[in-house]
Amino acid sequence: MTFVSDVAAATLRNATPLVYGTVGETYCERAGILNLGIEGTMYAGAFFGFLAAQTSGSLIVGLLAAIGCGIGAGALMGLLTVTFGTNQHVAGLGTTLFLIGAADFVNRLQFQGSQEQTSIKPFATVNVFGVDVLSQYVLTYVAFLVLVPVAWWVLMRTTLGLNIRAVGENPEAADAAGVSVAHTRYIALLIGGALMGIGGAFFTLAALGSFTLDIIAGRGWVCIALVIFGRWRIGRGVLGALLFAAVYALQLRLRLLPSWSGVPFELLLALPYVVVILALAVSGRNVAYPGAYLKAYRRA
Amino acid sequence: MISLRLEPRAAPARWLGLAVGPAAVVVTFILTLGFVVAAGASPIQAYRTFIVGPLTSRYDGLEVLVAATPLLFTGAAVAIAFRAGYWNIGAEGQLLVGAIAAAWAGTVVGGMPQVLAIAVMIGLGALGGAVWALGPALMRIILGIDEVVTTLLLNPVALLIVTGLLNGPWRNPVTQFPESREIAANAHFPHIIPDSRVNLGLVLALVLIAAAWFVLGRTPIGLRLRATGLSPDAARFAGIGVERIILGAALTSGAMAGLAGVSLVAGINFQLTDGISSGLGYTGIVVATLGALTMPGVILAALFLGDLVVGADSAGLELGVPSQLADIVKGALLLVVISLLVLRRNRIAIRRGTEAKGAV
Amino acid sequence: MNDTPAVELRDVTKRYGSLVANDRIELTVARGEVHALLGENGAGKTTLMRILYGLTRPDAGAVLIDGRPVAIHSPKDAIAAGIGMVTQHFALVKPMTVAENVILGATDGMRVRLDVAAAKVADAAERFGIRADPLARVGGLSVGEQQRVEILKALYRKCRVLILDEPTAVLVPQEVASLFAALRRLCAEGIAVIFISHKLHEVREISTRVTVLRRGAVVGTRTTSDVDDRELALLMVGRPTLGVQRPSAASAGAPILRVEALSATSRQGLPALRHVSFEVGRGEILGVAGVSGNGQTELVDLLCGMRSPSAGRIELDGTDITGSKPAEVVAAGIGRIPEDRHAAVVGELSVAENLALEHLSEFGSGPQLDRRALVRHAEELIQRFTIKARPDDAAVTLSGGNLQKLVLARVLSRDPKAIVVSQPTRGLDVGATEYVRGELLAQRARGAGVLLVSEDLDELLALADRLIVLYEGQIVGALAAADADPARLGLLMAGLFHLEPVA
Repeated sequence: MTFVSDVAAATLRNATPLVYGTVGETYCERAGILNLGIEGTMYAGAFFGFLAAQTSGSLIVGLLAAIGCGIGAGALMGLLTVTFGTNQHVAGLGTTLFLIGAADFVNRLQFQGSQEQTSIKPFATVNVFGVDVLSQYVLTYVAFLVLVPVAWWVLMRTTLGLNIRAVGENPEAADAAGVSVAHTRYIALLIGGALMGIGGAFFTLAALGSFTLDIIAGRGWVCIALVIFGRWRIGRGVLGALLFAAVYALQLRLRLLPSWSGVPFELLLALPYVVVILALAVSGRNVAYPGAYLKAYRRA
Repeated sequence: MISLRLEPRAAPARWLGLAVGPAAVVVTFILTLGFVVAAGASPIQAYRTFIVGPLTSRYDGLEVLVAATPLLFTGAAVAIAFRAGYWNIGAEGQLLVGAIAAAWAGTVVGGMPQVLAIAVMIGLGALGGAVWALGPALMRIILGIDEVVTTLLLNPVALLIVTGLLNGPWRNPVTQFPESREIAANAHFPHIIPDSRVNLGLVLALVLIAAAWFVLGRTPIGLRLRATGLSPDAARFAGIGVERIILGAALTSGAMAGLAGVSLVAGINFQLTDGISSGLGYTGIVVATLGALTMPGVILAALFLGDLVVGADSAGLELGVPSQLADIVKGALLLVVISLLVLRRNRIAIRRGTEAKGAV
Repeated sequence: MNDTPAVELRDVTKRYGSLVANDRIELTVARGEVHALLGENGAGKTTLMRILYGLTRPDAGAVLIDGRPVAIHSPKDAIAAGIGMVTQHFALVKPMTVAENVILGATDGMRVRLDVAAAKVADAAERFGIRADPLARVGGLSVGEQQRVEILKALYRKCRVLILDEPTAVLVPQEVASLFAALRRLCAEGIAVIFISHKLHEVREISTRVTVLRRGAVVGTRTTSDVDDRELALLMVGRPTLGVQRPSAASAGAPILRVEALSATSRQGLPALRHVSFEVGRGEILGVAGVSGNGQTELVDLLCGMRSPSAGRIELDGTDITGSKPAEVVAAGIGRIPEDRHAAVVGELSVAENLALEHLSEFGSGPQLDRRALVRHAEELIQRFTIKARPDDAAVTLSGGNLQKLVLARVLSRDPKAIVVSQPTRGLDVGATEYVRGELLAQRARGAGVLLVSEDLDELLALADRLIVLYEGQIVGALAAADADPARLGLLMAGLFHLEPVA
C-alpha cells in the first residue's frame, strides 16, 4: 500500500464511528434537542456491545446490544428533555456521566477493571471491489453507502423527516398542524441514540476487538462539533467526519516518521481535536441553529 | 387510559425547593439500587458505608474535606459561568492546565520564601485555567460559536497534553513513571489541620467562594452578570456590556477551575500525574447544579459529593462494590435533581381517558 | 342542509389562578356564516378559540360539532373534527416551503411527495382564489402571503370551521378587502368562519352575527345588521368609549432628534433601511406607519443603540450619537420603550432591580450595591406610575399592563430629551392603553420629542402630530396628522404610490 492509499483507507475507517454519531446527533438536533448524552451513549454502546458479544459469542448480538443501549439512552434523554423539559445541557451531561459510570462499574465487576480486556474476534474487513482502499468493515460500507443516503432521504423526503424538521424549527407550528411534538422528538432521539450506540460499538466490535477505558475519548463531543460544522446537513457533517478522520490518520502515520520521533504522540493525537475547533472557527461563524434548539415545548 | 401530564403551578412550590436535595438523594439511591445488588452487596449496608461511613471516623471525616476541596473550586467555577449564561463545560480541561502550570511553577520556586512560592503557584495556576478558557470565550463573543462544544473539545486536548508531557519531557527521570518531578517543599500548601491532608486549598476555596457570593449578590457587577445570564437581550438593551461580562465570567470560571488543579498539585499530589483529575471538572457541573448555582449551595453540594467519594472508596474496599458507583450516583443525582426541580414549577396531573370524554 | 349548528360551545370555563379567562361561555356558529367574536384585548376571545382548537385545555365545558359532542385534546383532534385556525402569530415553519408547510401533519403515507403536494396546493389556491407559490420558502413571504398560506393549510385539511384570530391586524386596508372576498367565497361553500376582532367597522363589514365578550363572559350575541356601532361599543367596553385625544394645538419646537440618510441591513444581510431622513421636534410626536417588516424594527434598533447603521447619521440635540452603544444612547438622553416588553426587562430579576438596571452605577456605595436605595427608588416609581407590584416581586409575575408601566417608569422618570417607542399598547386592555397614551402625551407636553412606531393606525391617528410611512425600508410618505386618513395611509403602506417623494 502506498502512503496515500494507506491514509485514505484509515480515513474511511476512522470516520465510520463519527458518521454514525454525527448522523445520530443531527437527527436529535434537527428535532430541537442538543443531545450531550452522545459521549456516554457511544461509550455505553462500545462497552455493553463488547460485553454482549463476549458473553454470547456473537458479534451480531453485541451489535444489537449496543443499539439497545443507544435506544435506552435516547429514551432517557427523551424523558428528561421532552417529558420533563429540563435543561438540555445538564440532562445530556448527566446522561453521559451516568452511562460512563455504569459502563465502568460493570466493567470493574465483570473484568476486575483490568485496563485491557480479553479480546474478541472482531468483524473482519471485506473487500468488495478488490481495491485495497476499500478493504473495509461492513459497518463502514453501511455507514457511507446505506446510512448516509437513507438518513438524508428520511429527513428530507418522508413524513417523519418533515415532522422532525418542523418540531425542531417551530414546535408551535407543528403542534397546530396536528403533529405530536413529543412523539416526534422521542422518535428522533431513539433513532439518534441507536446510531450513536452503533458508532460506539464500532470501536470494540470492529476496529479494536477489545474494550479500553476512555475508549471514546471525546469523539462524541467531536460529533457535536461536526453537526455544527455541517450546519445540520448530513452531507456536510459527513465531510467534517472525513476531515477529522483524515487528520487522525495522518498523525498516526507521522508518528512513524523518524523525524517526528521526538514529539510525544499524545500531542499529535490532540491535533484532530484542534483541527475541528479551527474548522468550527472558519465554518461555524454565526450559523443559523434550528429554531427550537434547546427549547422544551409545552402548550401555553 | 391514564395519562400523566405536567401542568404549570401558579407559583413555584417553595416547600419543594427545600425538599429537593434530600428527596433527590433518596430517589437516586432507589434508582441505583440495582448496581449495588449486582455487585453482591446489601443496599442498606452499602449506602450506610457510602454516606454515613465517612462521618464516623476523624480520618475519613477530614478526608471528606480533602475530597471536597477541588469540587469547591470546580463547582464554583461552573456556577459562576452558568449564572452568566456561559456554558463552560471545560472545567476539566481548565483544571488540568492549572495543574500543569502549578506543577511547572512548583519546580522553579525552590529558592523563594514559602509565601511567595505559593503565591506564584496560585497565580500561575489560575492564569493557566483562564488561558484555557480564553479561546472558547473569544470564539463565542467574536464569532458567535457555541462555547459548549469548544469547551468540551478542549478537555480531551488538555488531557492529551498532560499525558504527552508525562510520557515525554516530564517523565520522572528517577522512577521512569509517567509523573512529573515533585514540586519544591516550600511550594507545598501547608496543612491546616494536624494529622490530616486538609490544606490551604480548602481555605482558599472558601475565601474565594465567599468573595464570589458577595460579588454576585451585593455588587452592581454581580447584578449585571445575573441579568446577562437570565436574559442577555434585555441586559444588552439596558446598556450592560454583555460581551465583557461573559468574557469576565468565562475567565473567572477558568481561573477557579485552574485553582482546583493547583490545590491538587500543591496540596495533595505534589506532582502532576495523569489521573490527577478523573472527572473533577465534570463533577463540578453536578456540584453547581445540585447547589442551585448559588455559592452556599455549592459548598453544601461539594461537601456531600466529597462524602460520597470517600464513602465509595471504603465501599470498594470493604464491600467489593466498585468505587465507580460514585460516578453512577453523581450522574443519576444530577438527572434526578433537574427532574425534581421541574416539579417545583409543575405538578403532575393524572387524567383518566374516560373522564375526559365528552368534555373538551 | 339542516339547521344543526356547525359549532356549539357549552359552558366553557377556563381559569388561570384567580383570573377567569372564560366564564361559562355559550356560543353557536351556523354553517356558511361569518361569526364575529368581538371584545377588547384580554376579554377572552383568543383563549376561547385556542380551547376550540385544542391548544388550551378548558376546566369545564363541552364542544359540539355538527350537533355531536367531540373530545378535543389537541389540534390533531380539532383538525379531525374539521376545525382550522389561523393564529395571530402564524404557526408556520419559516425555513420550509409553502407546500411543506401545507402538508405538515396532513401527509398521507410515509413518503412525502412534494410534487403531488405542490399540485394540490396550487389546485386549492385556484379554487378559493388564494394565490401562493407552493415552492416558495415561507420565511421569504410577506405577512399577507403568509396569512394566505395559513388559510390554505386549513383548507387543505378540509376544514368546515375556520377560525381567524385578528387576521386584519397585520394587513393593509387593501389586503383586508381581498381577505374578506376570500372569506365570502368560503362561506358560500358552507364553511363557518369565526372572526376574532376588536375593530367595529370590520365586524360590521364582514360578519353575519356577532358575539361580544367582556372580561371572559358573553355579554350578548346579535345579528350584525340589527345593531349599530354605539350599541356594540357599549357592549364591548361596558361604558361609552372616551379615548385619549391629542390636544390640537401642537407647538413643535426646534428639532431634538435628527436622522440623516440612515441605512441599515437586516440580520440576513439584506438592505432593510434605505436613506431614511427625518426630524422630531421638541414637544412633537412623529408617528411611523407601515406594515411590519418594512424597516421599523431596524429603525428602532438603530435609535436604541442595538445595532449600527451601514450609513447615515443620528443626532440628538445637536450631538452625533451614530453607532452609540445602548448605555451611551441612554446617557445621551434617549428613552427607549421597545416593541417587546420582555426585551427590556429581565423577568427573573425583581421590579426594583429592573427599574435600576439602566443606571446601576448610581446605586452603589463603594463596590457594594445599595439595596436600600434600590428599594426606595422602586417604591417612589411604583407610586408615581401606579404599578401594581412590590419592589421585591419578580418582574415576570407582573401583568402586561404593569410590565409596560415598569418600562415607562424606568424611562420616563429620567425626563429623556427624546423617546423612541414601539407598539406601546399592543396586547394591553383599555385602561392600560389609555394610561400609556396619556403618559406619552404628557411627555410631549413636557417638551420631549417622541418617535412613535405603531401598526395600529387608530393609535397613530390619535397621538401623532405628523406621520411618516415606511415601505421596504424607505420613507414613502410624510404628512401632517390632520391630512391623514386610513385609506390614504393604506395606499402608502402598500407601496401603491408615492404621495410625495422624500429627498
